[in-house]
Amino acid sequence: MPSTGRAPTAVNEHAPPTHRPPRPRRKKSMLQRRENRAAYLFLAPWFVGLAVVTIGPITASLVLSFTDYSLLESPNWVGTENYERMLGDSRLHNSLIVTFVYVFVSVPLQLALALALALVLDRGVRGLPIYRSVYYLPSLLGGSVAIAILWRLVFGTDGLINQVLGMFGFEDLPGWVGHPDYALGTLIVLNVWTFGSPMVIFLAGLRQIPTMYYEAAAVDGAGPLKRFFSITIPLLTPIIFFNLILQLINAFQTFSQAFIVSGGTGGPADSTMFYTLYLYLRGFSAFDMGYASALAWFLLLIIAGLTAVNFIASKYWVHYGDD
Amino acid sequence: MATTDLTAQIAARRKERQRRSRPRRILIHLGLISFGLVMLYPLLWMLASSFKPTEVIFREPGLLPSALAPGNYVEGWNALRNPFHHYIINSTIVVAGSVVGNLLACSMAAYAFARLTFFGKRTFFAIMLGSIMLPIHVVIVPQYILFSSLDWINTFYPLIVPKFLAVDAFFIFLMVQFIRGLPRELDDSARIDGCGHFRIYWKIIMPLCTPALATTAIFTFIWTWNDFFSQLVFLTDPDMATVPLALRQFVDSQGQTSWGPLFAMSVIALGPVFGFFLAGQRYLVRGIATTGIK
Repeated sequence: MPSTGRAPTAVNEHAPPTHRPPRPRRKKSMLQRRENRAAYLFLAPWFVGLAVVTIGPITASLVLSFTDYSLLESPNWVGTENYERMLGDSRLHNSLIVTFVYVFVSVPLQLALALALALVLDRGVRGLPIYRSVYYLPSLLGGSVAIAILWRLVFGTDGLINQVLGMFGFEDLPGWVGHPDYALGTLIVLNVWTFGSPMVIFLAGLRQIPTMYYEAAAVDGAGPLKRFFSITIPLLTPIIFFNLILQLINAFQTFSQAFIVSGGTGGPADSTMFYTLYLYLRGFSAFDMGYASALAWFLLLIIAGLTAVNFIASKYWVHYGDD
Repeated sequence: MATTDLTAQIAARRKERQRRSRPRRILIHLGLISFGLVMLYPLLWMLASSFKPTEVIFREPGLLPSALAPGNYVEGWNALRNPFHHYIINSTIVVAGSVVGNLLACSMAAYAFARLTFFGKRTFFAIMLGSIMLPIHVVIVPQYILFSSLDWINTFYPLIVPKFLAVDAFFIFLMVQFIRGLPRELDDSARIDGCGHFRIYWKIIMPLCTPALATTAIFTFIWTWNDFFSQLVFLTDPDMATVPLALRQFVDSQGQTSWGPLFAMSVIALGPVFGFFLAGQRYLVRGIATTGIK
């Protein structure tokens, strides 16, 4: 297929803007005005959506976060009370710890596994499309309720894991999802299990590294380890960064797995009480909409802050081709 | 001359290495296959267990059932207030609306961003990219208030209408990337032939965008079908439940006694995702390589 059939990949997304030949001046302004109007027409749905479903609600939740609102009565201005409450809310602090542990343990593991398998598969392994599909499948299913149910049974007291461990002579095993020390671990395993989608992105990135670099390095006598650390890793850093940002944001938003595995409680003993689950329970089970709005804004700040830190840090470890 | 020598030398060396490492290649395959089996085993176990009587599920970790219980599917189908196809129909309505909405609204926005110059383009593009990272949890409370004031709670509108407003910016980005790769000469010659922007979008860009549209459709299908959070918030009436909500009702209402039927319905719930995965792998792999979506 000619170039039209190939989707551009994340790697070459910085395509240079196409320059158009200059037009005569008067005509340009008329054409430009028409183009402007056409563009705004094409964007009209998006503008409405942005205003009504995105920016409007963000602004509204900022206002609501300073109120006491239960949906039944109109909101009551309470100043910074919700934010002061957050400072003293130990369940909230616990949910932050749970979420951070989940994110910062599962994402690095997931990315390391994704990179390792991408490196193995990139070496011209025969049957690559089959392996890629098999490893990718869990990423598509991972967020579904059915898989969360499966997890609950696999890691239950009489579940698959304990049956298999029992065959090897282990006895008195805990029900992993029902034990406060292990429940979060089962969810981390579930997230690592969905390493397929970053793996596919890594594979696409590895394809972009010209083989001549390796050949030149081999001729110069660089061993496989040296080539890996001097060529593969530096050239892959933009992709690693890209995957890191995406998976961090994804992991912060995990909800249904924790909800189903804990039966909607975040239990046992709040050990799977993710931030999003706590927000849901405050907002839609207690109908404490003002407090839930404050929680939502804090989540926005956490994600924005983390992304900003990542972008700043990336200056020190991500190499783009031009330097 | 020197370079050809070098290439030949390298090719020879590579061939040599390949021949030498055949046992190693077999080992790699064995490793990859066993790892794949471990990964897929829970899924296979669920499929096998959906045919086992419940008391056997918790005794046999193997795949081949010692006793068959195809009745699981019948029992599961009728375990809730409504027969299971009621929930499948609800999910299908939400999914179909979302797919159509995303295809239309996102492609229109993408055409503007990829092909037209207009006032504020850079700013809007940045806002669009930023909104990709915005978690739904941040806007769900005011959205709920908005939709409940419209009396839209327990209807499918809150789940479908936003898609017609291009709220899934991910797909805008995906299509912008794709349209930028199409040759501009096509638009220019169409313009010379007197086509307006709408005709160019509809008659030229859209047909060439089929791969990107397919990726969008498949991902929208899978995400919406799997989506739990927004459906849980906006659909509280058990009769309006979609498949994920029905499964949740199932878990809550049944005790430990009916895992077999529960597994059967879980298999039914995963079936369409698996089917689309098989049919659309090409587009899925390309799609995530383009934008890194899950």
